[in-house]
Amino acid sequence: MQHIIIGAGPAGVVAAETIRKYDSEASITIIGDEPEPPYSRMAIPYYLIKNIDESGSYLRDPVNHYRNLNIELVQMRVDQVDATNKQVKLADGRVRSYDKLLVATGSRPVNPPILGLDLPQVHSCWTLKDARGIAELAQPGANVVLIGAGFIGCIILEALVKRGINLSVIETGNRMVPRMLNEKAGGLLKQWCLDKGIDVHTSCSVQSVISAEKGVKVSLSDGDELTAALVITATGVKSNLEMLEGSGIEVDQGIVVNNQMQTSHSDIYAAGDVAQGMDFSTGKYEVQAIQPTATDHGRIAGMNMAGKATEHHGTVNMNVLDTVGLISCSFGLWMGIEGGEQAELYSPDQYQYVNLQFDDHCLIGASCVGKTQHIGVLRGLIESKITLGVWRKRLLGNPNLIMEAYMACTQELGYNQKL
Amino acid sequence: MQKSLNIDPAKCTGCLQCEMACSYEHTGVFNPSKSFIKVFTFHDEGRFAPYTCTQCEEAWCQRACPVDAISIDLTTGAKVISDDKCVGCKVCTIACPFGTVNYSQDTGKVVKCDLCGGDPKCATACPTDAITYVDADWTGYSRMQASAAKSLHSIEVTT
Ligand SMILES: Cc1cc2nc3c(=O)[nH]c(=O)nc-3n(C[C@H](O)[C@H](O)[C@H](O)COP(=O)(O)OP(=O)(O)OC[C@H]3O[C@@H](n4cnc5c(N)ncnc54)[C@H](O)[C@@H]3O)c2cc1C
Ligand code: SF4
Repeated sequence: MQHIIIGAGPAGVVAAETIRKYDSEASITIIGDEPEPPYSRMAIPYYLIKNIDESGSYLRDPVNHYRNLNIELVQMRVDQVDATNKQVKLADGRVRSYDKLLVATGSRPVNPPILGLDLPQVHSCWTLKDARGIAELAQPGANVVLIGAGFIGCIILEALVKRGINLSVIETGNRMVPRMLNEKAGGLLKQWCLDKGIDVHTSCSVQSVISAEKGVKVSLSDGDELTAALVITATGVKSNLEMLEGSGIEVDQGIVVNNQMQTSHSDIYAAGDVAQGMDFSTGKYEVQAIQPTATDHGRIAGMNMAGKATEHHGTVNMNVLDTVGLISCSFGLWMGIEGGEQAELYSPDQYQYVNLQFDDHCLIGASCVGKTQHIGVLRGLIESKITLGVWRKRLLGNPNLIMEAYMACTQELGYNQKL
Repeated sequence: MQKSLNIDPAKCTGCLQCEMACSYEHTGVFNPSKSFIKVFTFHDEGRFAPYTCTQCEEAWCQRACPVDAISIDLTTGAKVISDDKCVGCKVCTIACPFGTVNYSQDTGKVVKCDLCGGDPKCATACPTDAITYVDADWTGYSRMQASAAKSLHSIEVTT
């Protein structure tokens, strides 16, 4: 059995490892187009603040791990998938045949149509190569403009500030991380950043970027004009689907898959940022573009490819973010549902916020600011659909009791089990 | 046979010796707020329950880690964080559905129970045997693990 995996990111690597776990005989090849050993984009911020060197971003030991598992790594771009003949065409002309194929090609950043985003001072922050370019220009004291305060933007924000640059952040939404935090929580983040000397513009867009004497001039819709040595865009991503053109595989925003991560072609699977997998909370199929989802997809695709039929029950969309020391997180339907109930605790002076969303007796979503202890249990409560019983009311009174609620509802606490 | 922590909340008096011992072992100071095992208080019922990582089979934290910083100690079965490799991204803290991997502002990394390399100090410190370190059998601890696992069936093998 020949398995081919396109894309050497977390989804591809976890899938390869999973196939090997269930099939010691199969041939497994990962074909990825980046020049580095398989690495994690998530580690890029820590490379930028020099906490790690490039090797610290590697997903696994670059030499021994793949050799020990007998996984072949090929560094080349796949230009085309020929689903009829079960072959992939590589950029150097080689053709490889597969029995089962996984497309784990991830996504890439997209820029809005703003004049001047093609200037050499404008970078996105997506690959190690991008990070090297940013590290060169983001020198201490430099003026840097970050376009987009979404999840990825905010992650890069922290790294940039730690490099000692002067940062301006421009976000079209009315708050920071609008797709992860509500107005109160996003507002806390903005206030925190302003207090730290970061120039944050919300409900504001960039009109143009033009060459200036030392770098570029950035014009904003609120009338401000900023000069910068570097502009970083973090304005969204789109799935890498080009190699599927003409293959007949069904695509939408990402690749359409069923609950076994199988595409419209039964021998072809998809996983990670490129796949439109099931969202646990809504049951809908959508691109989540987060790391835990990529590895989950990789594992389920790998099991099915190895012949171990496994169903995916959806991944909870979740994020955790460190914004120059203020930690926030969100899970599932943090925005709540119609007819649902909310428990909320808001202490802006302490930069503390907890928001729990209920559907009847189940927790369905949550977001927090300034909370770092036991936050994973929010995922546990949501994903296990635990009936909270009396604890729903207790949580409505004190949303901080999440751990107690979880324990009382799931654990046999000796004599406490009737809690 | 590997051993595991056996937790019997019915015996817990809430004295916090386990938290003291754990924090001392891992940080060098007696400070319950830095402990990896946590005693939860159920005020209405006047009960206590110690809780920590069950070293679960799924190892959600390990799978989510982007840089391979979580490994399995082959002698104890504990999932252990490598401080050298951990970048402090905190993804494991939201991936662990039991809430037992936590971020430490002191170190900028995450912390979790590592079974003290096979000599868990919480068990030694507990005066009432609410926490013991015993052969991994059908202990309270494996019950805790099982009931937690049962509640989380996001994945189901169909054949
Ligand atoms: C700076 C940054 C910080 C992030 N931080 C977080 C975070 O804190 N938490 C979180 O959950 N997520 C985070 N993410 C998102 C996370 O990195 C992605 O969700 C994850 O990388 C997706 O994994 P993947 O394997 O699907 O895709 P990728 O990691 O993108 O890997 C896909 C690989 O396929 C290759 N490829 C594409 N097309 C082809 C082709 N035709 N032929 C061969 N190879 C191809 C790509 O070059 C790439 O190497 C971050 C991303 C960035 C950029
Ligand atoms: S915080 Fe450390 S151990 Fe946890 S996922 Fe991130 S790098 Fe891995």
